[in-house]
Amino acid sequence: MTQKNRLPEGGRIDRTRPLGFLFNGRRYTGFAGDTLASALLANDVHFVGRSFKYHRKRGILGSGAEEPNALVQLELGGRTEPNARATQVDLYEGLIASSQNCWPTLEADLGAANSLLSRIYPAGFYYKTFMWPPSFWMTYERFIRRAAGLGRPPREPDPDRYEKAWRHCDVLVVGAGPAGIAAALAAGRSGARVILVDEQAELGGSLLSRKGAIDGAPATHWLDTALGELRSLPEVMVLPRTTAYGYYDHNMIGLIERIGDHRGGSNGGVPRQRLWHVRAKQVVLATGAIERPLVFSDNDRPGILLASAIETYVNRYAVAAGRRGVIVTGNDTGYGAALALAGAGTAVTVVDLRTEPTGPQHETARARGMEILAGHTVARTFGNGRVTGVEVMPMTADGEGVVGSGRRIECDLVGMSGGWSPTVHLYSQSGGKLRYDEALAAFVPGNFRSGQHLAGAVRGSFGLGAALSEGFAAGAAAAEAAGFRAAAAPVPAVEGYEPAPQRMLWVLPSSKPLGHGGKNFVDFQNDVTAADLKLAVREGYRSVEHVKRYTTTGMGTDQGKTSNINALAILSETVGAAIPAVGTTTFRPPYTPVTVGAFASRDLGDLLDPIRRTPTHGWAEKVGAPFENVGQWKRTWYFPKAGETMHAAVNREVKAARTSIGIVDASTLGKIDIQGPDAVKLLNWVYTNAWDNLAIGRSRYGLMLDENGMVFDDGVTTRIGENHYHMTTTTSGAPRVLAWMEEWLQCEWPHYRVFLTSVTEQWATIGVAGPNARKLISELTQDIALEDESFPFMSMKEGHVAGIPARVFRISFTGELSYEINVPTSYGLALWQALMTAGEKYEITPYGTEAMHVLRAEKGYIIVGQDTDGTVTPGDLGMDWIVSKKKPDFLGKRSLARADTRRDDRKHLVGLLTQNPSEAIPEGAQIVGELKPRPPMKMLGHVTSSYYSPNVGRSIALALIEGGRARIGQELHAALPDRNIRVTVTEPRFFDLEGTRVNG
Amino acid sequence: MLLIPCPFCGPRDESEFGCGGEAHIARPTDTDRLSDADWAAYLFMRKNPKGVHLERWVHRLGCRRWFNLARSTVSHEILAVYKMGDPPPASVAGQEARRT
Ligand SMILES: [Zn+2]
Repeated sequence: MTQKNRLPEGGRIDRTRPLGFLFNGRRYTGFAGDTLASALLANDVHFVGRSFKYHRKRGILGSGAEEPNALVQLELGGRTEPNARATQVDLYEGLIASSQNCWPTLEADLGAANSLLSRIYPAGFYYKTFMWPPSFWMTYERFIRRAAGLGRPPREPDPDRYEKAWRHCDVLVVGAGPAGIAAALAAGRSGARVILVDEQAELGGSLLSRKGAIDGAPATHWLDTALGELRSLPEVMVLPRTTAYGYYDHNMIGLIERIGDHRGGSNGGVPRQRLWHVRAKQVVLATGAIERPLVFSDNDRPGILLASAIETYVNRYAVAAGRRGVIVTGNDTGYGAALALAGAGTAVTVVDLRTEPTGPQHETARARGMEILAGHTVARTFGNGRVTGVEVMPMTADGEGVVGSGRRIECDLVGMSGGWSPTVHLYSQSGGKLRYDEALAAFVPGNFRSGQHLAGAVRGSFGLGAALSEGFAAGAAAAEAAGFRAAAAPVPAVEGYEPAPQRMLWVLPSSKPLGHGGKNFVDFQNDVTAADLKLAVREGYRSVEHVKRYTTTGMGTDQGKTSNINALAILSETVGAAIPAVGTTTFRPPYTPVTVGAFASRDLGDLLDPIRRTPTHGWAEKVGAPFENVGQWKRTWYFPKAGETMHAAVNREVKAARTSIGIVDASTLGKIDIQGPDAVKLLNWVYTNAWDNLAIGRSRYGLMLDENGMVFDDGVTTRIGENHYHMTTTTSGAPRVLAWMEEWLQCEWPHYRVFLTSVTEQWATIGVAGPNARKLISELTQDIALEDESFPFMSMKEGHVAGIPARVFRISFTGELSYEINVPTSYGLALWQALMTAGEKYEITPYGTEAMHVLRAEKGYIIVGQDTDGTVTPGDLGMDWIVSKKKPDFLGKRSLARADTRRDDRKHLVGLLTQNPSEAIPEGAQIVGELKPRPPMKMLGHVTSSYYSPNVGRSIALALIEGGRARIGQELHAALPDRNIRVTVTEPRFFDLEGTRVNG
Repeated sequence: MLLIPCPFCGPRDESEFGCGGEAHIARPTDTDRLSDADWAAYLFMRKNPKGVHLERWVHRLGCRRWFNLARSTVSHEILAVYKMGDPPPASVAGQEARRT
């Protein structure tokens, strides 16, 4: 039997386009225009999932974003998506969906035994049951994960493409129901740039679901005309299937547009979704309202829906979801469902909580002779799965109890309406304050924020006339505020739903006390009952935030869209405080879940972050060298020969630099060009040493401190001309140093005449180090004299190397005779190749970052950020020699005079030698004085650098050790999880202690 | 995300900027004579008002210029931007004074 619930005519579906789909392995048919939910109901499939905690059979409850039950696993493989709301999944040919939270199958779910054991699952059961002993959590967790999970995450990469877009507009209208469409029309006609978004596939909101007339014609005629006009306005952009998920500061709205989802498969080549960041001058929120369920005994059986959903399924999708219906309502809107069902040929009884029902729809129903039981309640429901009947009973006048005897009504469909809650999520996210409206029994926006307008049901204005008039007014006001002239538009005459007095009963009375017999569900997705909430209060919880977390009500993927107000009201009744005094929970983005892929969009893999490559990158790649990431840079790690291990390669490279020549690409070094008459003043501020007497052509090493006196960068700065300096920084510190100096110059010393320019990318830097370095370079230059007298250590010469204009710096990070040749970046590779060719006879050896680290550690040269961590002073490093005593001030100076920075027992940089010379301590290892069988042990410090040094012939390490300089000669221990290493504290220098090698 | 009116470039998204915290904190000139407490006050003590806050921002991914900005810490409304070295506009300075 196919689509047995589909009505022969009506609805917004396209009957010429049947679509086949699979649900739980069975094949069904629906029509274009269906959602998965409407198509399932058309096929009389109500039972679609198992509940989270008790594994109770659950059916479709709603017809939109509010759906707590009908969460399905969509599609397979990399495209699988958990927790898709069947009510918001547009049907497409070949759609595959399955139920979640059931095992092994929906029908024969083993977890349903939980329902029989429900006494062990009361409120807070996670906290109570799994509290002790802590080690048992591991055991419990496995069980809980298996039994309780909501859906399965994909295990394969997502094959789909996502995009991001940014847009500014004058007026953004959220929600394309009557209010939103009216607002977009009013604003659009003024010429303003308008964006109208709606989460649904078809625009129209309640106009698609409810019967109504505008200007004497069916409301859908007005809708078609209005949408036609909007599409004709060149500055109006209409985005269906687009959810405004977040409302951020200064009218920044996050949108998620589903472009490809409804096409199925590979989305027909278009991106699956697009994430928009829209900055709107004005925002109109026309987000509508969500109907509340009623809380009665076993109100969760499949076949029990929100009344508005039943009405929507009939009018919009031509689906009568049952043959015999009962509508339970405390207001007039519930009659909309009753009338819709009756019109579709379904017999209906209305159970009205009100003793004297009123309202236009009520009148219509009565006039048509519908059975109406006023002042009645549904005491319980029947059915083993799908609802088969309800027991109705008259209530006492106060609605607290029942009188007389129950009457059983056989039915297969129940609609419930507990009133409406304005969809204030976005409003609240924007910082708006909520006000409790007693008459509506709902939270409504309490204040108006600048740049924001509200229209229709979101304001608590429930009625088609109000929606249109407020919509037109809000759109015009928004356009005016954005600087446009909006003409007054005539508000059309309407005939449709208008509000009438309602009766609120937060828990319907029954012949049995609450918690006995059936379960009165408040939060369907989290399986929280009215009894759970009352138990939480008895256990001492009062704050709504605590009750929420203790009972888990309002959590999950629906964030309590149907349950928050009911839970709050029950809490308020139980503690005996007014609802506004109990409070409401804070709404946070997203309104509905957003696929993580959309946030990532194209920022994946190589596009995640820029990749910076040095001029020799391709050369190194060709010889098979691996790279390591240093910030955004790719730096060559080492240059293995065929079959060579990393250890062997690094040892060879380190030895070559000390026996003949090593060559390294140091282009990543940060470089800042400093010019201006006050340049030297700046250097005196940012470095600890004095810079006044540095001659042109000479270089000096400097340490930079932050104002706390802690080392944050170092490097060599060279005076290029009278008012011109070339500063080098650490590779990763370059942007930070530039920003640091810019901030001081602009905020503290704006009168200094200094210009700073980053030139890191402009200069390639090739380092040549070793006893034969001078010989090699002399073969490649005619205009640079290399003898010590004219070109001493710590100086710079300009000239040509291999015919390339170059600045040659005689500085050393290895301790060897060494030159750093800077050439314009585009010549970097040519210089490298020329040096490699000319150096063949010296067996010139390229080395990478690893050998560079070993070479500098042999000499005890620090790497800021490795041997320091933001808590280290120059004194801690044993570098007091570089801190000027004469300068009146420099950045960080005052902090070095604090008692704490002058303590003797601060951590000092020292060397460590292992007892076994071939064993290297892992970097980061904790150093202790006294070993104990197990932690805790008193930690004295940690290893910052550790290598095997072929030049020293043993392992070497640097460490920050408490009172370290006084411990030189002491024996300490590196305490590792699997072993301990005995070490001796030494000076932080291991090679060429006299420092003569730098002269060749 | 704030929309910040850079005085040099115009309105730009907050993600282009860096916030340098409270504005109008001058570095002491006589640091040698400062007590530890006074030096600590310069380094660490900052206002945390519920109301108008004067702070300095840098257009990090734009013109790289620093400027001052008056922002309500409640509504995030930006009441004024003004150049480094300038005093706060009278209107904002009044509001800033009122909260203390
Ligand atoms: Zn700027």
